[in-house]
Amino acid sequence: MVDVAIFDYGAGNIFSLKTALEKNDANVDIITSFDQSKKYDGLLLPGVGNFDPAIRSIRDYSALGFHDFVKEKIPVLGICLGMEMFFQQSQEGKEKGLDVMNGEVVLLPNDMKIPHMGWNSLEITKDSKILEGVENDSWVYFVHSYRAKPDNEDIIVASADYGIKVPAVVEDKLFFGTQFHPEKSGKVGSLMIKNFLRVCSK
Amino acid sequence: MVLTKRIIPCLDVANGRVVKGLNFESIKDAGDPVQLAEKYSNEGADELVFLDITASSEQRETIKSLVKKIAEVIDIPFTVGGGVKSLQHARDILLNGADKVAINTGAVKNPEVITELMELFGKQCVVVAIDSRRNYNLEKGKNIFSENGKQFWFEVFIYGGKKGTGLDVIDWSKKIEELGAGEILLTSIDRDGTKDGYDILLTNEIVHAVGIPVIASGGCGKPEDMIDVFKNTEVNAALAASIFHYETHSVNRVKELIQKQNIPVRY
Repeated sequence: MVDVAIFDYGAGNIFSLKTALEKNDANVDIITSFDQSKKYDGLLLPGVGNFDPAIRSIRDYSALGFHDFVKEKIPVLGICLGMEMFFQQSQEGKEKGLDVMNGEVVLLPNDMKIPHMGWNSLEITKDSKILEGVENDSWVYFVHSYRAKPDNEDIIVASADYGIKVPAVVEDKLFFGTQFHPEKSGKVGSLMIKNFLRVCSK
Repeated sequence: MVLTKRIIPCLDVANGRVVKGLNFESIKDAGDPVQLAEKYSNEGADELVFLDITASSEQRETIKSLVKKIAEVIDIPFTVGGGVKSLQHARDILLNGADKVAINTGAVKNPEVITELMELFGKQCVVVAIDSRRNYNLEKGKNIFSENGKQFWFEVFIYGGKKGTGLDVIDWSKKIEELGAGEILLTSIDRDGTKDGYDILLTNEIVHAVGIPVIASGGCGKPEDMIDVFKNTEVNAALAASIFHYETHSVNRVKELIQKQNIPVRY
């Protein structure tokens, strides 16, 4: 069994993510602090909430920091807001991001409906552990108002077209981020969760 | 590819069963909500909406467990509404597996709750449901339209379509967008249950009035009605209940027909 933890910022539906992980045979704990005696094989930063409160809940209530918990050894999947927190800053808030990826998070252009909400197709541009077996043009469910703007575009492994190119999947070492919600994206999403758990089990 | 149009089956639930009414009245049993939800999810529904139409406070615990049971069997987004008035109630729903909360009467009575929900859970969680009905008593300051020689304005109704509010639907839509709503679920009471097709005039007006996504609802009796609303408006999603409940059309079949008209859907 793979043991993973979902960090709960206390602001929304993480039940669906937990269910999706359990359906793929993971053992899931919901944590609200990094001060854990148990060792985990993977960490998930879920995609619900607001940037500043979520960052504060990660930063302010644990003696052990995010970076010390992860130590570049534990794979991390950031979903939507969770992925946005990987960067240095976001236009959604004033707090500093987790800074594991260089770049910022910016508001989507306002000539389109915001939030970008619904099923959009993935343009897969690179091989990625998390996209193994996922076909190009697969439909996934997005709901977001901001997008990542990485300094190094090489970390973008898939994008979606919403008037502009939206980075949909980013990957850098053991950090994986999806702008969409795999736990809400039917069978394709479940496959990505399975892929992530496989990375965790290694 | 682009963002697809969403096809959303709706489960109106009373006393733990899915029901369907005509013009918000005369109710008929249509099945078990958990079974229907799973079926629609497997058939390719893009999202589900669950509305507790009894919306009584005694039912809150029952609804919580029903939401959880549904969330366990589906892997698509899920909106829950019906009688939501407080932050705590919304939180209960979201923590039991819903992705969005739909708020209707509660938003009219206490508009600040929209902002409070948005600040806590994010805009994407906050759906404001608006029930609209034509009012032929013209009033100053309302957005007036005419159809078949008759003039009217669109009035916001609450308490399940029973009570007029005097609010103009177009003005209210703009207001809730400012307050922080992430999406509008727009139901035409004039069309609801009639199977005469969506309210194209109303839908167009609201889609152009706001910058947030809009779901058209009320009046869908056949797949062509969905094609019609997608061809004649820029609406983002179409919601329907009875065409899916009674096995008249599967979600897949409807999407196949829509796709043949070159409307982008996930199929």
